[in-house]
Order: sequence, then C-alpha cells, then structure tokens
Amino acid sequence: MSLSAQETEIRNPPVSRPPLDPHLKALENEAIHIFREVAAEFENPVMLYSIGKDSSVLLHLARKAFFPGRVPFPLLHVDTTWKFKEMIEFRDQIAEKYDLDLVVHTNKRGAEENITPFTHGSAFYTDVMKTEALKQALDAGGYDAAFGGARRDEEASRAKERIYSFRTPDHKWDPRNQRPELWNIYNGMIKKGESVRAFPLSNWTEVDIWRYIQAEDIPLVPLYYAAERPYVERDGMMILAEDPRLELQPGEEIQHGMIRFRTLGCFPLTGAIRSTASNLEEVIAELEIATVSERQGRAIDRDQSGSMEKKKREGYF
Amino acid sequence: MSATATATTTPVAASANVIPFAESAARVSRDTRPLRLITCGSVDDGKSTLIGRLLWDTKAVKEDQAATLARDSGAQNDLGLPDFALLLDGLQAEREQGITIDVAYRYFSTDRRSFIVADTPGHEQYTRNMVTGASTADLAILLADARVGLLEQTRRHATIAALMGIRQFVLAVNKIDLIGYDKAVFEKIAAEFREFALALGVRQITAIPMSALKGENVVLSGNQAMPWYEGPTLIEALELATSRSTQAGGFRLPVQRVVRPGESFRGYQGTVSGGAIKPGDSVAILPSGTVANVKQIVTFDLVRNAAVAGDAITLVLDRQVDVSRGDIIVSIDGQPMTGTSFDAQLVSLQPGGIEPGKRYWLKSGSRRQRVTIEPTSQLDLSTGQWKPHASLLSMNAIGKVHLSFEEPAVFDAYEQNRATGAFVLIDPDTLNTVAGGMVTAKRADVGGIHRGKEGEQRIVLSLPADLAEQLMASELFASRRDEAEIRRLTAAEAAEFFSNAGSDI
Repeated sequence: MSLSAQETEIRNPPVSRPPLDPHLKALENEAIHIFREVAAEFENPVMLYSIGKDSSVLLHLARKAFFPGRVPFPLLHVDTTWKFKEMIEFRDQIAEKYDLDLVVHTNKRGAEENITPFTHGSAFYTDVMKTEALKQALDAGGYDAAFGGARRDEEASRAKERIYSFRTPDHKWDPRNQRPELWNIYNGMIKKGESVRAFPLSNWTEVDIWRYIQAEDIPLVPLYYAAERPYVERDGMMILAEDPRLELQPGEEIQHGMIRFRTLGCFPLTGAIRSTASNLEEVIAELEIATVSERQGRAIDRDQSGSMEKKKREGYF
Repeated sequence: MSATATATTTPVAASANVIPFAESAARVSRDTRPLRLITCGSVDDGKSTLIGRLLWDTKAVKEDQAATLARDSGAQNDLGLPDFALLLDGLQAEREQGITIDVAYRYFSTDRRSFIVADTPGHEQYTRNMVTGASTADLAILLADARVGLLEQTRRHATIAALMGIRQFVLAVNKIDLIGYDKAVFEKIAAEFREFALALGVRQITAIPMSALKGENVVLSGNQAMPWYEGPTLIEALELATSRSTQAGGFRLPVQRVVRPGESFRGYQGTVSGGAIKPGDSVAILPSGTVANVKQIVTFDLVRNAAVAGDAITLVLDRQVDVSRGDIIVSIDGQPMTGTSFDAQLVSLQPGGIEPGKRYWLKSGSRRQRVTIEPTSQLDLSTGQWKPHASLLSMNAIGKVHLSFEEPAVFDAYEQNRATGAFVLIDPDTLNTVAGGMVTAKRADVGGIHRGKEGEQRIVLSLPADLAEQLMASELFASRRDEAEIRRLTAAEAAEFFSNAGSDI
C-alpha cells in the first residue's frame, strides 16, 4: 500500500455505517483485543479459515484489528476436496480482494486411499480428512497459534473451552486440565512444540453472528440464502445434488426446492433446511423464531453423545 | 416498598443503600450492554435447574438439544421438562461423575438485554473455578435452599465474589414451594444474607423467593403462588443490573502492539481500559513518563473524535516517542501508581501453591515482568478473618502478599480499575497460570508508607464502608492514593482497634 493511498484511507474511511449497538460493539472489541494479543505474543500465528459465516466474521474482525496494517498472518484452509463448489470460488475471491496470504492443505491420504465420506462413514472420514489434515498443516507451517471461529454456544464441550485453548505437541486438548483464564489476561507462554488455539468469537451466539454480518455488510457464500436447488434426501438430511460424485442410491431421486444451509462443511455431510429466506433480513427473521440449533444439520455431531469432545481431544478444531 | 426491602431488620442494613425495586425500575436509561454474571451454589441448591430454567424459559434451548437430552437421560421430570443437569454438564467426565468440574459459559437473552453466565461448581475444592468465573462478572447469583437457609458455603461464595470485585448480589432463595411459600422463612434468610453481604461491602442486594423447578419468579412471575412478594423476578433483576464501567477514572491504554504499515504512520493498538480520550489530549507513557499529545484515534470504520473505556483503538501521537508493547498510555491527570513494590490479594490456583521468594512471571494488561511474592496473611473463609501467614499459599488459598518487581510496574488499585489492577502469575517452570491477583496499594519503595517525611501528621479514620468508598472515588483522593493506607474491617474490629490504639490518636 502506498503511503499516500494509506493516508487517504485513514482520512476517508472505507465505509461509513451507523454505529453498532452496545452489545455487538462489546463483542467486537473483545475479539479485536484477542486478535492483537495473539499476534503480539506468538511468533507464527495462522488463522483457520473454513469459508463459513463464522470464518467470514472472524476475517472481518482480523482486518479491523490490524487496520491500517495488513492482516499479519496467513489464512489456512483445510480442503477435504468435498466442499461445496461455491465455497471454493468464494474463498479465492476473498483472498484476492483483501490481499490475504492463503494456504490450502489437503491430506494426500484421501486421494491415495480413496477415502470419501460415502465409502468410509463420517467418523473415519472426518478423522482423516479434517483432523489429521489439520495436524499435518499446522506441523508443516510450524504455527504456534491458530485462530478459530468456534463459539461456546455451539456445543456442550465448547462451553468450557478457554479463549486461549492450550494444545500439546501432538495437538491434544485436555479438558480436565485447562489453564485458568481470569479477566481478559491471557497466558500465551508455551514450550517449544506446544501451541494455542485462540477463539475470538467464544462469547458470540449464532444470532450475534448474523446480526453482525448484517450490521457490517459482510459478504457470505450464497448457499446461506435460500434458492431453488437440487437435492436428495438421505438419512433424514437434504443433501445438495450438484456434484457428479454424488451417486444416487436405490429409491433416491433428485428433487428441487427452496433450500438453504445454516452451516457449511463437506456437502455430503451437511444437510440443508427448507427455507424461503433469500436475503439477510429474512434469514435473521427465520433464525429468531427457529427452534432447532444450527449444528442439527451436521452428521458429525450425531455419531455419538460427547462426540465433539472426543474429536476435540484428538485435535479436531 | 417491596418485600425484599422490608426484609431489612438490622441497623446496619437500614443505613445502607439498598435500592428498592420500584425506584430502580423507574430509572430512565437502561444499560443495554451484555451483563456478565456468575452463579454460585451446589447441585443440592438446584443450580443446574435454575440455569436450565433460565435458558429454557428464554428459549435458548433448541428442540434438537432437548431431544438429545431426552435421549441421553431417557427420563423427564414430573413437569415434562428435560434433565437440565445433562444440558449443562458438557464434558463426558462430568457426566460420569455427576458433578460440574469446570467453568462453563452460557448465553441467553431477552428483548431487553443479553446475558453471559459463568456457571461454576459449588464444591469447596473448586474455588479456583469460581474465581475464574467471578473475574469477569458484574453480578453474582447466590443460591440458597429455602429448607436449609444460608450455608457456610454460601458465605464462602459471597466472600469470594466480593473479593473479586462483584458489587451486585442476587440471593435466589430456591425451593420455596417445598416450605409452602412461607414468607417469614424467606424474609429471615434474606435479612441474614443482607447483613452478611453488607459487611463484605456489597450494597446492591436483591433477595428473590423462587421455585426454579416450577419456574416461579425465574423468568415468569410467581405471583400466584407468592402474592406477598412484590419484588422483581430473577430475569427482571438481571435486566436492571449495571455492567461495570471504568469510564469515570483516568485514561488508560495498555499498548498491545505498534502498527507501522509505512514510514509515515505509527499507531499504538490496544483496548481502552479506563477513562476517555480525544484528539489534542495530553498523555504520559508509563513507566518512562514521556509526555505527548494525541493526534488521531484511528479505527477501521472512521477516524473518531473520542474513545471510551472498552473501545479497541489505534492511537496516533503528535511526536516521535519510544512506545512499545507493555507500556501504558495514560492521561496526564490522575495517573496510576508506578513503583517496584505493591500490596495485593491473590488466589492460589494450582496444586503447587505460591511459594514465598520464588520468581514468577506476572502479566497485567499487555505487560509481562518478573516478580517475587511474600505472603503476609491468609483469609479464613469459614470465619472471614485474615490470619498472619508468611509461608506457602496452597491451592485455593486466598492471601495478602507483597509484590516486589525488578523493573518498575504500573497499576491502579483493583477497586478503582479492574483492568489495570488485576494480574495473573505464571510459573516459569510449568508456564501454567498459578494465581490471579488484585493490587490494593503501592508500597513506599523505601521505608514504608508511614515512615515518610519526618514529623508528618497522619489521621486514622473509621468510616462506614459506603462513605469511605465515596471519598476514595473522588479525584482528590485518587491523585494521592499512594499516600494512603486502607484496611477493611468489621465494625467490631474497628472498635477493638481504636480501643487498643489508646489516646495517642
């Protein structure tokens, strides 16, 4: 960025919006504080970028935290190769638009051993293509801190996770032995090989995320908004039917309807909901009367009770 | 006048500033910032049921979560509600043991406000978790079982909450249905608690009779069962509580990082942790004491004409000065205390305890430095008395200590500013967080505060705590805070102190 352009930008802010309400402002301030603290205390941070709405908010907050400087760490996307096509397009656009360092990692074992969500079941597939892949990528980059967009309201085991969540050299989380975390004073001291996962959105709820996206006009993958899309029903989930790798099973047929997604992951494991909410206002209106939690569409949480805690102990985000 | 207020019977309570509900409800401006609170109590008091009830009746529990609950517990209670304890005990280990072993955070909201609850276990050995939850809380809900009244544990929890700076208490007198909604029993428990809390220096006290199981006086009114109770429901009391504000004191900006995107721009990034600032204001950079003026307050959205406590900002100064991470930028008037020796209270958090004479890392704001600890006394939670204690402070012990630094440190007293008065200790061997602490005063670097100028006259006063707090909150007092020595005593201790002191004072 040239000096004059930068000075101009500071004098003429990029955007002018009505001030945030005190609640969102408090959450934003806390997240920015965490970003700056981690960036200052760790040698080699990275931000986990999953392309979803929480990641989009996280990225927006990172840009705010370091303005007028650049985001001072890379974004890491663990690509299972089974993501929605629109997610990958969106990721590449954003990286270019905001001048970000993007690192994409895929576990080679997936291709070598032909591990897919269809052939191996969600538990094993997730372990290899997400958890193992994440560990590979973190080890390869030598990162000592990794930002994630997890929220405490998402799932019971996350309700107890610290904002600085300590990991052993083999990326394990020990929920029984977490460091006490008092006030907003974070202990960033670690030994060689150990690392910290940092969660700036810990205190946000799903509604907060949506209201902030609206207030700050944050771009999202269009799959969050309802549209007429092809899908098949399988195991009680509506799976998007646009990828040729989706093979129909006996009795299944492609249907069409107004659907959207509340979370985005690997398309075979992510269920859509029926919805006519085709823009932000309608999504929020729908959310405020929704009676089902957002992780309901995730096959990964339903394997067994306590499944998220188990995955986290093993190194899943 | 509400039933809660009429429950005050002691002379101490009568003189205290207990705001009746009707009066506080009539306040014009409502605080809409999220309220952080902590719940204290044991499984037996019905804590899980209370929090579950709050989440359930504010519709923070979704259908699929309830279905998981129903599947896991296989049973519902008499009212057709799920087993709330299962909803709240997130970790498998806890479910197996049937106890809550760590701090969990819960989120719910009403049309008026959002709430962050630190849910902490009630067992004595988990003092450290309560301290963690209390550190960020503005209000504490203390649970009591109406059938048994206040327990020693309730008093311990109240003592810790007050020590951590919480100044708003709600006493939830739960299971009132099991004693036939007996008004007299409720008022007796409320009065006893009020007296105890006032002695701790807490003046905002609301006692509420409730049945968490039946949902009476939690979110929904319990008026049908308890027509004699005219005070707020729990959710009303929470909506009316205030979030902590440190905007009144001097400006404080602990510098987290320096941003230099180009040669001509140098900004200091951090979160304002006290007071307010605007372009043109004069500031000092501590500990060096260098002075400069504010040129700009930069944020992503706009160049601002002011920033207040809580704002995450980038500050640009009008001249080249040496500022780095760990420094604190403060207003010229009303500066914090700078020195190498402080008094503090701390809570020991790990099995190894806090060792006298050992060098620890201390982190406060964005600054980390070496410190050695000398314990002087320890709080006996069963009696509320401080007892001399100069040896190791074992896990869960609450001690008064002297802090000795090798380089100058900068603090406010915790009672003046929670952000710049708090610290954690980190063990240099394990790198674990081993204590949380609160600075009470600066110690004179040489000779002690009472051996200052020769022939200097000093006056020892004994005042009601609320009056003393008003005096201490004044700017005049704050500006000479490091010349004053403060001790909190009960009225009886003060009387004894004065009678022992004889006629010299």
